[in-house]
Amino acid sequence: MRTIRGQVAIAGVGETTYYKHGQAPEPEVKLALRAILAACEDAGIDPRQIDGFASYSNDRNDPSRLAAALGLPELRFSNMQWGGGGGGGSAAVGNAAAAIAAGYADCVVVFRALAQGQFQRFGAAPPAATASGEASLTFPYGLISPAQRFAMKVMRYLHDHKIGAGAQRAIALASYHHAQANPRAVMHGRSLTAEAYDESRWIVEPFRLFDCCMENDGAAALILVSAERARDLRQRPAYLLGVAQGSEYRNAARGHNAPTYASSSFTTVAPHLWAMAGLASKDVNVVQSYENFTGGVLMSLIEHDFFAPEEANEFLTLENLTAPHGRLPLNTSGGNLAECYMHGLELQIEAVRQLRGASTSQVPGARVAMVISGPMVTPVSSMLLGTGDAL
Amino acid sequence: MSATTYHLPAGMPRPVPEPDGLDAPYWDGTRRDELRVQRCRGCQGWQWGPEWICHRCLSFDLDWTTVAPHGRIYSWERAWHPVHPALRGQRPYVIVLVELPHAGGIRMIGNLLDAPEGDIPIGAPVAAVFEPHDDAAPPFTLVHWRKTA
Repeated sequence: MRTIRGQVAIAGVGETTYYKHGQAPEPEVKLALRAILAACEDAGIDPRQIDGFASYSNDRNDPSRLAAALGLPELRFSNMQWGGGGGGGSAAVGNAAAAIAAGYADCVVVFRALAQGQFQRFGAAPPAATASGEASLTFPYGLISPAQRFAMKVMRYLHDHKIGAGAQRAIALASYHHAQANPRAVMHGRSLTAEAYDESRWIVEPFRLFDCCMENDGAAALILVSAERARDLRQRPAYLLGVAQGSEYRNAARGHNAPTYASSSFTTVAPHLWAMAGLASKDVNVVQSYENFTGGVLMSLIEHDFFAPEEANEFLTLENLTAPHGRLPLNTSGGNLAECYMHGLELQIEAVRQLRGASTSQVPGARVAMVISGPMVTPVSSMLLGTGDAL
Repeated sequence: MSATTYHLPAGMPRPVPEPDGLDAPYWDGTRRDELRVQRCRGCQGWQWGPEWICHRCLSFDLDWTTVAPHGRIYSWERAWHPVHPALRGQRPYVIVLVELPHAGGIRMIGNLLDAPEGDIPIGAPVAAVFEPHDDAAPPFTLVHWRKTA
């Protein structure tokens, strides 16, 4: 089969300081530029070698503007992954890698920047007085925010498989646990106990406050080059082993009419990922799985074959999900819940750190790291990275 | 019907038909207390939400058929956090996803009226409750649900 496996590597990663939403001291585009320069510095690449950009979720920072601002000699690739939420986080990496493999460009940046003080928040309704199209079937009934849009998928899944409240709780606790070791994390120094989780307010049942991601300001960037070129650069390369994107049959059928309703949208995507990488879930040492809501992580892990739905209650415990020695260390930087909601791109950076042996919650000898992006939206995406030993 | 009888507070986003006319027959039907959905004249398949083409046989010849306004609860959620300014001070409210087995299993969304405390029984039978907003400009009607057994 055709595969990206081993052809492209992430050579550098960069990020700004992560801020609470609305608290970034600089405009969004300046944050993007800072993250890109930090990734170049990390890789040991002159920024003028960048010749392409890829992003997702309608990032507001146009590659042509970035190229002009950075004084790039030429722009050869500019790419936007369709779809909202964080579903495009891994797809953007895949799109950049495909451009390099195809010869469209040689050094592509994947980036995401958010400054929500400057722009509208995700979790608050737009102030519109009317709703049209699909929104007309949901907004008048008070079904408006992302949490409200996805709660009924998770409710049905928990019902079908008799999954208790402890499963979602363990996912939240794991992120907060790992954030306590990570000085970059917005929730560093703000530990979470099971009791505090249980006493936290409902946002929308079945999601409590701590089941829902933060909203933050900041920017993150990755530098992708060919595997051959990456071997001559400053850092140990994180090789791309596989990427897949998409969603099931009629996932976007309006008014919550997707045939496979109780799903994180990965049921058809995940098998493509495993086939492309030539790996199975048992080969993965550490997972970064996008928490928009913990129930989405739960379904994502099941749809990527880490355990069966009937095993969720016993598998999803804090002990199993924590580095260094848990069965499946999860969200080892603190993720969207407790490090930063960098729209998931902080998860790609953490996966690279794990393969360099540089995480603040390191899994000893990690060779294969997975990233799962933006469950329950469409399209979603996921990816596998490996060290040279994994090739 | 006066505004005080509405299930959610005044000031929620009002539904307006799409400019291209796709969903106008649905909203017109609700004004007559009728639940109208798409049915393909080619393959007789049901379709909801509305689209310009039948996803089964790819015919553009779609009819609008009135269906019996009842179903069963497929999923639910109870919203607590007020995400819209109109919802500040509102008590938690329940949203249900209702499956219509007699119409190909299509699903519809509304509020569950007289919802009990605690868990809502998935699979429970419900009937539609039409909520006209005659004082709106233009007027519209929402479709809620209530348990029947």
